[in-house]
Parts: sequence; C-alpha cells; structure tokens
Amino acid sequence: MKIKDFGKAIFKNKLALTGTVTLLIFILVATFGPLILPFSTMQFGEVEDILLSPSFAHLLGTDDMGRDVLANLISGARISLLIGAVATAISMLIGTLIGILAGYFGKGIDNLLMRFTDFFLVIPWLPLMMVLAAILGTSLWNIIFVIGITGWAGTARVVRSQTLSVRERQFVERSVSIGAGHAHIMFRHILPNVFPLVFANTVLVAAVAIISETTLSFLGLGDPTMASWGMMLHYAFAGGATAAGAYWYYLPPGICVVLVVLSFTLLGYAFDEILNPKLRGR
Amino acid sequence: MTLLEVKHLRTYFQTSKGLYKAVDDTSFDLDHGEALGLVGESGCGKTTCALSIVRLLPKEGKIHGGEICLEGTDLVSLGDEEIRSRRWKEVSIIFQGSMNALNPVMKVGDQIAEAIVLHEKISKQEALVRAGELFELVEMPVDRINNYPHEFSGGMKQRVMIAIALACKPKLVIGDEPTTALDVMVQAQILNLLEKLRKELNMGLILITHDLSILAETCDRIAVMYAGKIVEFGPVEKVFENTAHPYTERLIACFPHIGKEKIIPASIEGIPPNLFEPISGCLFYPRCHKAIPLCAVQEPEMEKTGEKHFASCHRIGEA
Amino acid sequence: MTTDFAVEVKDLKVYFEIKRGLVEDLFSKKKKILKAVDGVSFNLAKGEILSLVGESGSGKTTTGKAILQLVETETGEVKFFGKEVKPKDRHFMQSFRQKAQMIFQDPYQSVNPRNIVLDIVAEPLDVNHLVKTRQERTARVKLALEQAGLEPAEDFYHRYPHELSGGQRQRVVLASSMIMDPTFIVADEPVSMLDASIRTGILRLMLDLRDTKQLSYLFITHDLSLAWLISDRIAIMYLGKIMEIGNADEIIHRGIHPYTKALTAIMPTPGVNKRKERIVLPGETPNPTEDLLGCKFNSRCPMVHDLCWEKSPELIEIEKGHLVACHLAHKL
Repeated sequence: MKIKDFGKAIFKNKLALTGTVTLLIFILVATFGPLILPFSTMQFGEVEDILLSPSFAHLLGTDDMGRDVLANLISGARISLLIGAVATAISMLIGTLIGILAGYFGKGIDNLLMRFTDFFLVIPWLPLMMVLAAILGTSLWNIIFVIGITGWAGTARVVRSQTLSVRERQFVERSVSIGAGHAHIMFRHILPNVFPLVFANTVLVAAVAIISETTLSFLGLGDPTMASWGMMLHYAFAGGATAAGAYWYYLPPGICVVLVVLSFTLLGYAFDEILNPKLRGR
Repeated sequence: MTLLEVKHLRTYFQTSKGLYKAVDDTSFDLDHGEALGLVGESGCGKTTCALSIVRLLPKEGKIHGGEICLEGTDLVSLGDEEIRSRRWKEVSIIFQGSMNALNPVMKVGDQIAEAIVLHEKISKQEALVRAGELFELVEMPVDRINNYPHEFSGGMKQRVMIAIALACKPKLVIGDEPTTALDVMVQAQILNLLEKLRKELNMGLILITHDLSILAETCDRIAVMYAGKIVEFGPVEKVFENTAHPYTERLIACFPHIGKEKIIPASIEGIPPNLFEPISGCLFYPRCHKAIPLCAVQEPEMEKTGEKHFASCHRIGEA
Repeated sequence: MTTDFAVEVKDLKVYFEIKRGLVEDLFSKKKKILKAVDGVSFNLAKGEILSLVGESGSGKTTTGKAILQLVETETGEVKFFGKEVKPKDRHFMQSFRQKAQMIFQDPYQSVNPRNIVLDIVAEPLDVNHLVKTRQERTARVKLALEQAGLEPAEDFYHRYPHELSGGQRQRVVLASSMIMDPTFIVADEPVSMLDASIRTGILRLMLDLRDTKQLSYLFITHDLSLAWLISDRIAIMYLGKIMEIGNADEIIHRGIHPYTKALTAIMPTPGVNKRKERIVLPGETPNPTEDLLGCKFNSRCPMVHDLCWEKSPELIEIEKGHLVACHLAHKL
C-alpha cells in the first residue's frame, strides 16, 4: 500500500486514529514541552515546598524534593519516549536481520539462528534485564542496550516466517533466473514484502520497550540522573509519597505510561487490520 | 414452458469507486434438457449472471432490474426465504474451483448428505443412501464414499462437486468454469459426464467458460457476453457458422483450428471498457473492425438475425 | 567446436524427496522420492521452437527449470551452445543467466507487486551491473518496452503491476526478459492465464522476436493446439518422460504413441462437430511418487501388453526426426 492510502486507512479506523492522536500529543509535548516549562526540573524547591498538593502555581503539585511534578512529567516524557524509541529500533534491526537471514538461507544457518533466538525467547526478560543492568551499570545507554538486546526474539520469529513464505514466491525465483545474488534478493524483494509486518510488529515492541524501561527504573535500575516516568515512580515510592497520600506524584507518571502503551497497542491492532485486507471490515 | 427466461437483467455493484454495472440488460432463455454456453472473457459479467440466478451475490451486488423466470416464477421478486427453498432443489451451481471448497475434515459422503438434508426432510441415513446413488451417477466407486477429500484427485473432487450440485435433483445446473483448473484429459471426461447427466436427467445446463472451443461440442445454444451485455445469442451452429457480431467473429478466430494453415490469428486490440463510467454507443465500438459512425453514438438493440438467433449490432443484415 | 544446437539435454533427471510424517521418518529408512523428470533427452536447434506438452505431473515445467538451473538435477548433462552448463562455475553462470531466460506462467506472481515497471524491467541490468548511468538505464528500458509493444513507454514507467491488464503485465515480463538480449528462452505457459483475445498478441510478439533476434524457445504448455500453432517440433511428456517427439504436424496428424493419440483425439476440431463420441482416456495421471515398473503409461494405455509392465521403452526413431517410446511403435 502506498503511504497516502495508508494514511487514509488510519483516518478511517477509529482505533488507529485514537492511538495516533494520543501518541502525537505525547510526542509534541515531549519535544516542545520543556520550552514552555516555567520551572526547571532539577530545581530544588524550599523545604516548605515539599509534597504540596496541586494548586494553581503547581498544577500537579510538588514532589519530595520540592520540584514541580508537571515539569518532571513533561521532561520525563522525553526520556521515556526516547529510550523506548531507540531500544525499539535496536530490537527491530536485530530481529529483522536475524529473521531474514534465517528464513532466506534455511537449513544450517536457520537452525543456528533460531536456536539462538529460542534462547532469548525463553529466558524471562525481567530477571535477564535485571542481571544485565546490574552487571553493566545503570547509565542511559546501558538501559537502552539492555532493553534492545532482549526484545528482538519475537520479531525474529515473525520475520522468519514471513521470509519463508516470500522466498517461495515466483518473483524471487525469477530474480534468481536473471542472475540476482543473495543480497539483492534480500534487500530488493524480501525486505519490502516483510516490511509491513515489521512495521506492525514495531509498534507492539515499542509498547513493551516503554514498559520495560519503566519497570527497570521503578526497580532502581534506571539512570538516576534521567527523570523518566519510571524514575519518577521510583522516587515517589522511595520518597514516601504513597504513605503521605501524595497521589499527584505517583499517579500522573503511571497514567502516562498506560496511555502511551495503550495507544501503541491500539495502533498495533489497527495496523494489523489495515495491512491484512481480510480482517478489514467491508 | 421454457425452463429459464432471463429478461433484461441488471445487476450492479455498489463499490467505493462508484456503481459498477456488471450485468447490464441481459436476456436469454433455456429449455428443459438444453445446454447453454455462456462465454466471455474475464470481467464480462458471466459469473455475476450466474450468481444473480441463484441469488448468491456478494454484499455489494444487487439486482437492479429485470426478471429471472424459472418455470414461470420470477426469482427476482421472491424474498430470501423463498429463494432459499428453491435453491438447490430447482437450480444449483458448481462454483469455479469449488473442488477446493470441500471441507477437508469431513468425509465426502457426509458432505453430499449434508447438502440433501439441508433442503429436504429426510433422515441422515436416507441421505447417505442417496449420496451413494449420486456417486454411481457421477461414475465414482461407491465404496469410496467414506474417504476424505485429500484422498481424491482433482477430477474426482470435481465429480463430488457435481454430485453435490445434483443432490436434490434440480432442473437447472449452472457450472461456472467447472473444468478450468483440470487437466485436458480430465476436462474431457467431466464434459462427457455432464453431457450424459443432462440427457439422463433431462436437466438444463448453463456452462460458463472463457474457452469457446469446448462449447462447440457440448452446448445447444451459446450466449456471448461482452462488458456486461449479451452481444450474440443463438443455436451453436448458427453462431459459429453465421456469426453476426464482430466480437464473436474475432473471438472464434482466436482459437486455433487444427488442420488448417498455421496462422496466428490477430488479437483483439485494446481492453474492455471501464464499466464505472457511462458509455455512449456500442460498448465494443473502440475495438470493432466493422465500426461505423453510428456505433459511437447509439447502442444497438438485440435484433433477430436468423432462426432463434439474435445479436446486437448495427451492421446485421448487411450483405 | 561449433554446434547447430542452442541447447542439448541428455538424460536429465530431477528427483525430489518427499517429507513424510515424523513417525515414518524416524522408523523407516526408505525415502519417498518424486521422480519429476526421469531421463529426458532432446536437442534444440538455433532459432527453433520446441514445445514440451503434457498434463500436470508430466514434468514439463521442472524440465524447463532444470535446464535453467533453477532446480537441482539428480543427473544429466545440459549443453548451452556447445558448452556444458556447470552450476558451480560462477563466471559461466553469470553469462548463462543473461543469455538464458525464463518467462513464467502467472504475470502477476512473477513480478514483485511493490516495484514499478521501470524497476521491474531494469532489474536484470541492475543485478548484472550492465549500465552505468541513469539515462542509459532508462533508455534501455524504453527500448525493451517498445519492443514488447508497450508504447509510449514513458506512460508505463511508474505504474505498478496491479494497474496493468494481464496482457500488459505479460509484455512487461517479456520486456524484462529481452532487455539482456538473450539467445534462449524457456516460456512456461506464458499465455494460459490470459484471455484468448490477448493471447495471440503475446504469441505474435514472441514469434516476431524469434525472427528478429534469432531466439530459440522451449515452449511449455498443456494446450496441444497452441503447441501446434507456434512450434516447429513437439515433445509429448508423461510422468517425467518423453513419450513422443517430432515435427509439429507429424505429432498432431500422424502421432504414434497411444497417449499422443488420446490427446489429439480430444482436441477441438473446426466447425461444430457435435455429438461425436469423444474417445476419452479413462482415469487420471497416477501418483508420481509410486515406483512404476515398466512403461509409465501402462495403467491407462489401451494397447497395453505384458512387456509394458516389465520394461520401460526407449525413445526410438521411427522416421527421420520422429521418435517414439513405445514397445508397440512399429505396429502402430
């Protein structure tokens, strides 16, 4: 499908539209938000400003350090979305590459790559991530790396399946008959036909990436210098916000995570419908 | 009384791109025990015609006008329930490639019985006995009635489909490209079978195909369709020997005749018209080798050009 | 040593191993083999059109693909303009793939639906690095499209396959095959998916190309009348073997093999010759995975004798250029 038709299809599908709009709002806020913040996120407030409930001055109140929660939320959006995006990109690259190579070459290479994939598929991701984070340290890039390195297995499987089916199509056979080499066939024929699937899969992987980051940060394995939503939740609980009943501190980041993940998921369902004509309601 | 009379049938599809006039003012008829060949190329509307008769059109399709009289009763005027009660008992259809539509996890005997039980009030046991009889009718070994579809070859599966179509002893059977996906030898076998059944059961048969050459030897009458309209209709000898419509003429020429010289016939240049757009004049005008200026502005009517032979062309009757 | 032959095929065999269920694989050592092509030999002269005619399961398509090295062969020798075709020799294969092309049956399936016509036709050039500039690429595509009857070529550059009619698609495929100036083409049912009225256009094109470019064709079809119309010689195949081969008129009018006769008997005749009893061969082509002793046609042959169940007949020359594989050839 061409981009134009795709755009139209998204517009018509209510799920997709909701998801897209929500995501766009978040992305816009994340990009431009910090420019309109009246407060710096790291600006410590006075002691009497600690855990103030929402007011006109502080729309979402203050946290345990006197910082404005809304400001933190907005800059946290940036961090969370950035981590989510980059980690997803890494996952998709690895997954697609392995999937295509395994599906295209088959036999020994397929076996080898798929057993490797199975390993990652089977290992419980949270303990793995925790162990990796503990070993590698908790800097921003390490977190991205950890999430990326554990999220590709599902994509690899799905891409491999699709590659197997595309490989049998006659235009691939034809390409061979005119002298095409493996690289040409993989990039010119297999990849474009696998791409829609990859795209639909990306959206769901992104959702998982954001949740992973939130989880890791919440557990204290995130980068302490970066106030992502997960870190906000971490500090909220560590700083006793729950005991103090400061709902304005721990609810907003949680709700934001849920909304972003939900919009990715909605997009994922919608992409499936759009790209698979058989599922489309007539 | 004629078995089937289709009068000025119009079946249109409501699509996102507009109204598609798949079948536009077609008329033909068929007697009991007669075989009619409905021939045309892809997109001409022959399948839509067939589906209109049995009222199994997809959601976007609707009959916008005309009559389909089966033994005097106009099927178009009937409601869904009434059509359902007539379907299979009076007219049945063998769909294109239907041999692949057999349920792979059900024995074929059960599938035939299912068709019977759905339309007649007899027990499953009796239906199975009837299924056995039908197997004999289509020249299949009765002991294989408990086999599964994958145990049969393509030709045998098609015989099963014919058996299912005959399950309730209909007066009219429509075969939509029943032999297209089969090998030539099996194709000939199936055509022979249909011929035999037609005679034994005095069944009307509408054979839909794009292959003119098989119609010449199996049908009594031929209707040639182009862009949703019937351009020529008549007894098969007349249509072949006294061809009236230019399209029919060119179409016949496209099929090689063994024995004569090896001349590659000229193809028909151009493509069929876009049925989404209103067209003035004859639909075949842009591709017609006998076109005259009148053809561009006025659509020709179906005219008699011989005994029971009709065609829609302005140049009929010229020397 | 120069030769008059474009392609020489000797004793070509293509066997496929069939996967059975897990249990069978574990407990039985015997492999289930499908002998798609079981000893096929013929020669194709330069500028000749030879048709391989057969029904499904005859091995005609597999033979074509095997000659082009698109499937692995069990044994057999293929010579291309006198030189032996060695699939492992990369240098040879590179030039072979430019000169020996295939046209597939389904014009929609044989092109990538996401590519525009310009890229589809230029793909052989891209893959073999035959052009250096964009202009050169477009110029060659234009020439190829025009040769294939698609004019004005510029109208077609940016269209997708689904925007073309079946006939136009097949012409695009032809253009793409012709762009490297091949000398040999295997055409696998190139017109069977097209409407009758456009078939002849494509066939004419193929014949014109043969005349102007001295192409040799291996034409694969199930349609005997089409084979008669277009080819110089016809080879009738059944279950992986050639049953009869000879001049097209000979085969149609004076065919000797019982299978050939059965096929010609069901061919439509001119005029309306209704109610003539079509003598049709009973049964269907047996399963090619079963090991068949003797002549492959024995289960359906109306002339079958004891010898036919024991020994497989060789292709013997009955008259000049007319070979038949039948024990009873001399009597028929």
